[in-house]
Amino acid sequence: MTDEPLLRVSALSKFYGSRVGCDNVSFELWPGEVLAVVGESGSGKTTLLNCLSTRLLPSSGTAGYRMRDGQFRELYRMSEAERRFLMRTDWGFVHQNPADGLRMTVSAGANVGERLMAVGDRHYGRIRATAVDWLSRVEIDEDRIDDEPRAFSGGMRQRLQIARNLVTGPRLVFMDEPTGGLDVSVQARLLDLLRGLVTDLGLAAIVVTHDLAVARLLSQRMMVMKDGRVVESGLTDRVLDDPRAPYTQLLVSSILQV
Amino acid sequence: MTDIATYNFAYLDEQTKRMIRRAILKGIAIPGYQVPFASREMPMPYGWGTGGVQVTASIIGPNDVLKVIDQGADDTTNAVSIRAFFKKVANVAVTTDTASATIIQTRHRIPEHPLTAGQVLVYQVPIPEPLRFLEPRETETRKMHALEEYGLMHVKLYEDIAKHGRIATTYAYPVKVEGRYVMDPSPTPKFDNPKMHRSPALQLFGAGREKRIYAVPPFTEVVSLDFEDHPFEVQTFDQPCALCAAENVYLDEVILDDHGGHMFVCSDTDHCEKRRADGHRGHLAPETHLASEKMEPAQ
Repeated sequence: MTDEPLLRVSALSKFYGSRVGCDNVSFELWPGEVLAVVGESGSGKTTLLNCLSTRLLPSSGTAGYRMRDGQFRELYRMSEAERRFLMRTDWGFVHQNPADGLRMTVSAGANVGERLMAVGDRHYGRIRATAVDWLSRVEIDEDRIDDEPRAFSGGMRQRLQIARNLVTGPRLVFMDEPTGGLDVSVQARLLDLLRGLVTDLGLAAIVVTHDLAVARLLSQRMMVMKDGRVVESGLTDRVLDDPRAPYTQLLVSSILQV
Repeated sequence: MTDIATYNFAYLDEQTKRMIRRAILKGIAIPGYQVPFASREMPMPYGWGTGGVQVTASIIGPNDVLKVIDQGADDTTNAVSIRAFFKKVANVAVTTDTASATIIQTRHRIPEHPLTAGQVLVYQVPIPEPLRFLEPRETETRKMHALEEYGLMHVKLYEDIAKHGRIATTYAYPVKVEGRYVMDPSPTPKFDNPKMHRSPALQLFGAGREKRIYAVPPFTEVVSLDFEDHPFEVQTFDQPCALCAAENVYLDEVILDDHGGHMFVCSDTDHCEKRRADGHRGHLAPETHLASEKMEPAQ
């Protein structure tokens, strides 16, 4: 393990006019670590995720990212070209709705290959071989490679979106409710797959979810948010088994028991 | 003399011409970059060459010789009308001869006869944005051009190969200009793409409805996009022109009857007529050679 974090966030705030998106959030993320951000809807989870992934610019605060050359770079001071390059090489973003993260009118193979072509791969055979490999890793049959994602089920679309993001070997993946809207058996398979990929590839990930079970399965550490502020953070098992903040206690006790 | 007193020379007023010339100069300075300009209403509908006509009107002078082609032909409605238009409003000499023209306005072809230094080729462009059908947001495509993010263009070519086993795009085939901007060469057949590469002639592109002008200066690198294992290739024809027996030219299919009869003839009528005048005969050429119909003699 390296002795420096991958992402260092300090006092990050985002205001929409006078409304609070997220307020004074600080944390560090280490290589290979999965951090879950939980909280009810409207608690600022997605705003935080969008700020971190530079899809939104924060009102104040800083976020430093350790580039592949080991240099820390301030995300919000990078040029747009650098940020977009980071977005499609070293980072991934898995949207809750796969239609937001996929090109629905081009084939599955092209969806996976787009990032490769964006970083300059110009060999059709090689791009296609990589796409085949990645489809099999996310359990999509090879003979679906020329089908459009429109012809895929929700679970398949989500798995395709994951393959599309991981093909360039990113070091950091942002996930916004990756299992939202899927039925439980599909959800279980997807979680299994994600857990396997994250471990195999040594990915760092920030997973936003309102589902505590997802957080428990995927993450080592978690942050609980309420009204834009972090109310509690710590090891996932500790937070879920021994919640300290009143709000976390409420959240944990609200889980339906079957 | 036609009555040109009612119009300024070449129809457009001088302020407009100056504005368009500035856009053209900017386009030449940044090869392949789409320069916005304040496109004017022209006495013709959008889609009939309003962009090309404005570019031509801005660069034409009294000593220019104008040729206008439509899909390679000098004798179709669009070509005849635009030629008549400039004859009327600028009183310039017009011709169908590629070699003697100084300005050639074209809709979707590049003449077969090699262009030379000093000639200007003006393209009529319907959709200047090569990324339009891949990314509908203009704000986003402009950003992609600015940041040179052209991966998406190859996604389209990838799709072609995945669906058809080869790059099936046959016209409006995207090119990269001087190693920087990806450009739509207007819907010319990809057969003509190699002619753009290091052409000695100045190439100007006008899109009237979309309000964009772009340019390829003489001797500029124009490379068609492709994959290493699926290189760019042009259309080939397995038979020569039925009238003039020309090979390695772009051919149009002409239907002859209701029983499936057809023939392939040069799309460049000037080239075909010249060859027939020189005695070349295709297998369907009429016995007596008609003198090539010159529509309006140059004055």
